[in-house]
Amino acid sequence: MADERKYKKPLPRIDEESKGFWEACQRHELYVQQCGACGARRHYPRALCPSCLSEDTRWVLSSGRGTVYTYTVTYQNQSPGFRDALPYVLAYVELEEGVRLLTNIVGCAPEDVRIGMPVEVTFEDVTPDVTLPKFRPIS
Amino acid sequence: MGFNREAIIAGVYEHPTRWAPDKTMFQIHAESARGALDDAGLSIKDVDAYFTSGVGPIGVLSMAEHLNLQPRYLDSTSIGGSSFVAHVTHAAAAIAAGLCEVALITYGSTASSERFAVGTGGAFAGDPPDHFEAPFGPTVLGSYALVAQRHMHEFGTTAAQLAEIAVTIRRHAGLNPVAKFRDPITVEDVLASRVVSSPLHLLDCCIITDGGGAIVVTSATRARDLKKAPVYVLGGSEACCHTSMGKRDLTDMAAKQSGPRAMAMAGVAHADIDMCMIYDSFTITVLETLENLGFCKKGEGGAFVQDGRIGLGGALPINTDGGGLSSNHPGMRGIFLVIEATKQLRGECGPRQVKDCDIALCHGTGGTLGLRHSGATLVLGRS
Repeated sequence: MADERKYKKPLPRIDEESKGFWEACQRHELYVQQCGACGARRHYPRALCPSCLSEDTRWVLSSGRGTVYTYTVTYQNQSPGFRDALPYVLAYVELEEGVRLLTNIVGCAPEDVRIGMPVEVTFEDVTPDVTLPKFRPIS
Repeated sequence: MGFNREAIIAGVYEHPTRWAPDKTMFQIHAESARGALDDAGLSIKDVDAYFTSGVGPIGVLSMAEHLNLQPRYLDSTSIGGSSFVAHVTHAAAAIAAGLCEVALITYGSTASSERFAVGTGGAFAGDPPDHFEAPFGPTVLGSYALVAQRHMHEFGTTAAQLAEIAVTIRRHAGLNPVAKFRDPITVEDVLASRVVSSPLHLLDCCIITDGGGAIVVTSATRARDLKKAPVYVLGGSEACCHTSMGKRDLTDMAAKQSGPRAMAMAGVAHADIDMCMIYDSFTITVLETLENLGFCKKGEGGAFVQDGRIGLGGALPINTDGGGLSSNHPGMRGIFLVIEATKQLRGECGPRQVKDCDIALCHGTGGTLGLRHSGATLVLGRS
């Protein structure tokens, strides 16, 4: 567990619309929302389905597997936390459940990341209250 | 549908400064307002509508106070760097509807002298989607890089093709005495510059400067008594693109929606357009915008920008002022697109003048291309 006082990167605000997602991450589970009325899946999580405005929300447990949709190796970021972590890989991962999420690719050299690479979720407990879903190559 | 040539651009002014530690942002707004009103032959007392962005949540009121305006129409539409392009469309609509007659649009920024890291500062707005992005470190630059990487993967676009855009626009900057960077560069120079966020090199990125500008939009009736020949607002439209519940195709831009609408409103086809001002935050922004506006098919942008096509003397000259890549980029560049297009249509551009320039298209992109962005297209004509 990282020391909260030393963690300088931005932390998500966990609110009524998003807490189901973040609490699951703390249990090392990744969820995608699905509308109970029209069936549309969505990420990021929110209370009402943007496709039909229904509030009948189901949570679908993700396999945690997906592929890299696109990525960038970041060599410059002046903001606190990130400037000490360069270079790092920012990526959209397309989950098997059909939605893409912004994340980091970890567990390999940044220059080894490729579009289409199969990846799986790995959870990073960055503070006692926040766990971030990141992804690593499936070996 | 349309403005029926009832709204015209009567005055424009690009502040020549690129570095102004001796001026405030509000002062640059005011100096720009003076310049555009002088250009139009109007006085500050004629202004009855005011538009601005980039000045804080209700900064439009502070700016109105700073200029002691009493407008009957206010618009602080804030959709990123494209805002000022949208302001022109909004002003034209308000004028055509009789809500106002003389609209002043101003912009000012001291981003460079305040050392503001426009593209690599990791800004965090704090709205719901930001909480699912900011923890992973998306810089503004990084979000455009995500798009560039995907474009290369899907279509085989190369770093050298992107570099060609920077080289062409730098060549144009060499013809603009107030452009910040005027020395020619080569494709090899771009490829040899450091990678800031792969696959984008430093010279694929816009520069950071201070600066500002202003535009005066008025009615065609009023224009008869003014100094300069009118430039007609023929069509305008806006759109936005976001992550679409996690399903967006990153090669689609807002321009794909706003471009055809603005062109239909203006009644023009691609072949009618003599020059374009395309927001060039990064080289990839230009390439994707040209595709999404329909100047070439998706995936063909890399070939389209080769062989001098987008340079002065080519079939579709773009960013003749040197753009954000080489002339100026104080954080929100939309206003300069309209200013340069207006000067081109008036024939005021000297060595960088596009011959027989009758119709110009401006397209502003605001926000972050790979996360959320806006598009504002404007079609202007001299008759």
